[in-house]
Amino acid sequence: MTAALESRNLAVRYGHFSAVGGVDLAIAPGARHALIGPNGAGKTTLVHALTGNVAATAGSVHLDGEDITHLAQPARVRKGLARTFQINQLFRSQTVLENVLLAVFERQRATRAFWRSATGDRRAIAEAREHIALVNLASLADQPVHRLAYGQQRMVEIAIALATRPRVLILDEPAAGVPTTESAVIFERLEALPREMTLIFVEHDMNLVFRFAERITVLVAGKVLTEGTPAEISADERVREVYLGRRGHHAA
Amino acid sequence: MKARTATRFAPVLLLAAIASYVLFPDYLALITQIMILAIFALSYDLLQGHTGIVSLGHAAFFGLGAYSVAILSRFGVTEPVLGLFAAGAVSAVVALVLSPIVARGNDLTRLLITLGIGSLLYEAANRARAWTGGADGLSDFALSPLLGVFEFDFLGRTAFFYSFAVLALVYACLLRITTSPFGLALAGIRENTTRMRAIGAPTARHIAVSYMLSGAIAGLGGAVLAQTSHFVSLDMLGFDRSAEVMMVATLGGTGTLHGVVIGAAGFGYVKDALSTLSPKYWHLALGIVLMASVLLMKGGIAGALARLAAWRKR
Repeated sequence: MTAALESRNLAVRYGHFSAVGGVDLAIAPGARHALIGPNGAGKTTLVHALTGNVAATAGSVHLDGEDITHLAQPARVRKGLARTFQINQLFRSQTVLENVLLAVFERQRATRAFWRSATGDRRAIAEAREHIALVNLASLADQPVHRLAYGQQRMVEIAIALATRPRVLILDEPAAGVPTTESAVIFERLEALPREMTLIFVEHDMNLVFRFAERITVLVAGKVLTEGTPAEISADERVREVYLGRRGHHAA
Repeated sequence: MKARTATRFAPVLLLAAIASYVLFPDYLALITQIMILAIFALSYDLLQGHTGIVSLGHAAFFGLGAYSVAILSRFGVTEPVLGLFAAGAVSAVVALVLSPIVARGNDLTRLLITLGIGSLLYEAANRARAWTGGADGLSDFALSPLLGVFEFDFLGRTAFFYSFAVLALVYACLLRITTSPFGLALAGIRENTTRMRAIGAPTARHIAVSYMLSGAIAGLGGAVLAQTSHFVSLDMLGFDRSAEVMMVATLGGTGTLHGVVIGAAGFGYVKDALSTLSPKYWHLALGIVLMASVLLMKGGIAGALARLAAWRKR
């Protein structure tokens, strides 16, 4: 079976520093795949290289078997590879609806039209409201994003990504900066997403990882240490050593 | 939200223009100048206020429009409305061609590049005396009556209504553009380009179209000035004019159509009043007025009006 997203020997180097050093990943269609690793392991850089935010120094990226290494990020998004950011990247003075609506318009290529009214497109607005309802923000749709609580803004990130109708969605710490009680809510919303959508997420909270991931890749110093099911990973001595051994540090 | 305010202000501005015609018949020339300044400022603010892209050479497109009118009349295009749209088209094409260079980099590099393009065009117009009249400018171009009926008269009535009609058209077009799906994308570029790329947006294309539309409108403004004053000169391309339009947009409130028009009226009036009051020191006084307005009024005139409205609602 063709992997939904695959990287072959993917590397990102800055001068002499190797942030990602030859990563082979193969994510199965419909997977719930976690990327974990200690701080500085290169998780976010790997995500950037997969989505096209940074150019890969070497190696290749494949989406459903198609080589997308040389495509810029917007082109990858249009092929069905979307992401959310570790630090919110939103249109802060726009309303929640406008944030999501713009993503719908861009997907439909409707943003070429400067002679039509945006608010007159009832279908696009109805779709945007569906995405917003899915992340439990229906009652806040007409509020400017900057007025929302941080946890709610994290939900807007996800709603925008969903509006691009991705086949593969990469979430970079979707619950970063959110209290533990709310972070579970975010992951419950993610669990409600259609099974055919492939989800890859970076997450620090091991409780969430072991609860939601079906496969886990452990990254250390820019390289894949190991990959397996949650049971295999928690039983792996090396993982314990470099990562779980510092559990006390992460729980704090 | 801002667009709704700009829509609500449209009849107010319309009434103000008609009232100014009735109340100040001796100042039609000044009011016409102000309306042309408003057209130019609206064109610039599509870039700075709506797309978030600064420019210090926007007079290039204004001047191109003005020179296009004068030069095209030599080739028989003497009907003003025809000349107007031809001038807009010339500026639009040049803006579109320049957009890949101009849209590159960050605010600082954009300021330097647009400044350079403005200087280049200025010097080119200065050298091409055969076409532009160089430092003397051009005034020997033919203009037939507007729509074949209305002569540009001594009292400036035709000029007033003509400029007013173009300003109203530009305002209406910009209202539509800024509330369209494309307008939403421009706001997205202004607010967060990282996010724009992550939703698959062709940002360079959007910026190019924004530049083209902005250049076209600036060209219309320049064309109206050339036609109503029957004169074209180098200062229409110059740095002072580029800087002025930035001041007008900031004073009025960037990103607000009504604010920019009111800003043009305020700036035009203050400049005229101060230069009458003191032909020698008016620059100094204008500087003080501008600095005070930026320091004391966040969001310009439109921002002050919005705060006033919010305060009255309480």
